[in-house]
Amino acid sequence: MGVRKSDIVLLDDKGIRCDGRKIDEPRNIMIKAGVLKNANGSAYIEFGENKILAGVFGPRDVHPKHLANTDRGILRCRYHMEPFSVSERKNPAPSRREIEISKVIKEALEPAVMLENFPRTVVDVYIEVLQADGGSRCAALDAAAVALADAGIPMRDMVSACAAGKVADTIVLDINNEEDQEGQADMPVAYMPNLEKVTLLQLDGVLTPAEYKKCVETAINGCKLVYEVQKKALKDKFFGDSPQ
Amino acid sequence: MNTPIIDDLKKKKILALLKDGQRVDGRALDEVRPLIIDTGVIPKAEGSARVRLGDTEIVCGVKIQPDKPFPDLGDRGIFICTAEILPLADPNVETGPPNEEVIELARVVDRGVRESGMIDLTKLVLIKDKSVIGIFVDNTVTDYDGNLFDACSYASVASILSCKIPKWEIKNDAPSLVPDSASAPPITTIPVSVTMGKIADTIIVDPNADEWKCMDARITITTNSAGNICAVQKGGEDGFTFEQLVKCSELSISTGAKIREILKQVPGGDRC
Repeated sequence: MGVRKSDIVLLDDKGIRCDGRKIDEPRNIMIKAGVLKNANGSAYIEFGENKILAGVFGPRDVHPKHLANTDRGILRCRYHMEPFSVSERKNPAPSRREIEISKVIKEALEPAVMLENFPRTVVDVYIEVLQADGGSRCAALDAAAVALADAGIPMRDMVSACAAGKVADTIVLDINNEEDQEGQADMPVAYMPNLEKVTLLQLDGVLTPAEYKKCVETAINGCKLVYEVQKKALKDKFFGDSPQ
Repeated sequence: MNTPIIDDLKKKKILALLKDGQRVDGRALDEVRPLIIDTGVIPKAEGSARVRLGDTEIVCGVKIQPDKPFPDLGDRGIFICTAEILPLADPNVETGPPNEEVIELARVVDRGVRESGMIDLTKLVLIKDKSVIGIFVDNTVTDYDGNLFDACSYASVASILSCKIPKWEIKNDAPSLVPDSASAPPITTIPVSVTMGKIADTIIVDPNADEWKCMDARITITTNSAGNICAVQKGGEDGFTFEQLVKCSELSISTGAKIREILKQVPGGDRC
């Protein structure tokens, strides 16, 4: 990713980023569980300017039937952006980008979901991006994982996601849209906080081996912060307001 | 997808061998299959390569032509890399629109070359904001034996290294071809993709088709000539620990350096 000329100061001399955050500070995150009537589980997330809705159906019968697996259930995932979610209208048909993101989100959730308990069934995860900002795949994953838990589907662990990146030669947590466009590297990470396993890892941009390590560590720390918000969303839904 | 019995038996054998640090085809855990690269195999393409990685075979062609730039990127040329698995490559491949595996393959191969900055696209502008040179790299998988990510990546890089960019001059605000004055592409670095599989917590480099079926998870890491990491893609149904991710990055750098020496033998590869 080339560094484009721009007037934005990505990181000032006091270590403050273009949106006023410190280098290790995530954007505001709000998650609400159980927001849809018909879905078996659902969640709504606001992560910075991202506004994303996730709904889960299943375990239920598989259609078409030949996709069914006799040993275990299957997970299907669709990440989709609304035409109005970005500045220039997006064609509503799924793009190649959305198909790839659907696949990596599915593979990030699969290690956590105990699909072996539901042979011959499918769990469908539908993610709709109502408004997109930088890091939408991580925010989408965070909502999807809460929706799976809200649906009461047995899970080994929560899946929490957050990106880290390189901006003005510095590793920073949770890069926003401007930092994604103008920065030097973007690394989305999903993490199972109790099993301590990374289930999604992508990278665009050049990092030295030391920066790569620091970037993974920074993103994992971000995932742990997101995990607390996800837990709170589920506690709020099932036990009313969680104790402070 | 039901697992045929024969695959179950193979998987048991592969797992049993890996317990003793052995692989089903006798390779070391960090050993890449023999890599054979022939360039210039399609003379009508501006650059081309046939790559064999074990029994996986790719034919890749580069076409180069003037094009309109992307609206927000008027100061650089266009680079697009695709991949397709041909129905003659594998009995399980069906014709029709690309499925998610193929889309991921094409995007990961494209990302590795693009993010490394291998081609200096700012050198490919004919008229700023109006006309630029487009480099289109199309990979076709002709025979399948696992690890298409790396095989397509090597084929793309070899084709780009050995391609010749035709010269266009501007006549009446439109590009016009100048015959017989093609030149070498503006190359800055040689990206090398290394894919590793994780089977029962053992990391193996360059999985073949049998190993590919048993992998719990995989990771593709692309490094540049300076030994830095420029693209990563994790896939598969399981996760990696932090320690495993660090180990994979080290393997990608050491293995990548060996593969880069092979790519430097390609015509045009000695320039970086």
